[in-house]
Amino acid sequence: MPTQVSDESVEKVIFNGLEEVGAEGEITRDATFESLDVDSLDLVELAQIVEDEFGVELDGDSVKDVKTVGDVIDLVVARGS
Amino acid sequence: MAERDGCALVTGSARGIGAASAIALADDGWPVAVNYRSDAEGAEAIVEQIREGGGRATAVAGDISSEDGVESVFEAAEAVLGTVLVLVNNAGVRADGLAPQLDGDAWSSVIDTNLSAPFHTTRRALRPMLRARFGRIINVASIVGMRANAGQSNYAASKAGLIGMTKTVAVEVARRGITVNAVAPGLVETKLTEGIGDGNGNALADAIPARRPGTAEEVAACVRFLASEQASYVTGSVLTVDGGLSA
Repeated sequence: MPTQVSDESVEKVIFNGLEEVGAEGEITRDATFESLDVDSLDLVELAQIVEDEFGVELDGDSVKDVKTVGDVIDLVVARGS
Repeated sequence: MAERDGCALVTGSARGIGAASAIALADDGWPVAVNYRSDAEGAEAIVEQIREGGGRATAVAGDISSEDGVESVFEAAEAVLGTVLVLVNNAGVRADGLAPQLDGDAWSSVIDTNLSAPFHTTRRALRPMLRARFGRIINVASIVGMRANAGQSNYAASKAGLIGMTKTVAVEVARRGITVNAVAPGLVETKLTEGIGDGNGNALADAIPARRPGTAEEVAACVRFLASEQASYVTGSVLTVDGGLSA
């Protein structure tokens, strides 16, 4: 069963996911992926983590314009609600 | 040989190079999903052969030329054997003819099965491989993807495309412990190559320095190597298996 989507649950999964893909620096909502040295392949993996956890699909088009960690959290919450 | 976590999926492995590859990977400890489209009897025979050798295998029916078919094949393999960590894109077809006489169906059916299907299976396989930080993708191409062979413009285009895809995807995922390589067989005695070099204008057979066609097992040995831990620094490569034909 997918985890219930909430702001808190998504933040937790995304923060953990970013650690898993090797993000560098302090992970906050305001942090940009560039500052965390998270690249497009990392984002693909993060999308997989989100899909496995919440059943929310993030295709290439939807994540190509995200800049910050908060952007992705908001996107997942919006899609999963 | 200790059994491994995860499994190998070999498309089109009821016979020929696919069957030999399935057996070789099982010998190396991989549980193997033997995919087939129509030859259930052949696939079951390969599964039985693997089991008799002490390995695990399951036959998985499915046409991987459609995206839905790809998903159902992966789901069936994963349900029995676990995550697919080795993918051998072997399924292939021929529909030969000189270009002026090649109709649209002959073109698109070969491109769909030999090039688009490996893309769909690769895309499906990569996500769990990325998370596992391990994966082996081996694409069965052909020397025809690198040198001309009259009467096979569709087949050559599909195999050249497969080689290009191999190199590109290899670069994209290399830092996750995933390797993507191709083997490029020359003339190998299988059902797919029946009729090649028998006087239909194809000069391949006479030009082989080894003076004989290859066997499916000789290609499978290369697949087995590329799937192994020992090949961890080999990626984006094309290993020709052709008796010196393209040397």
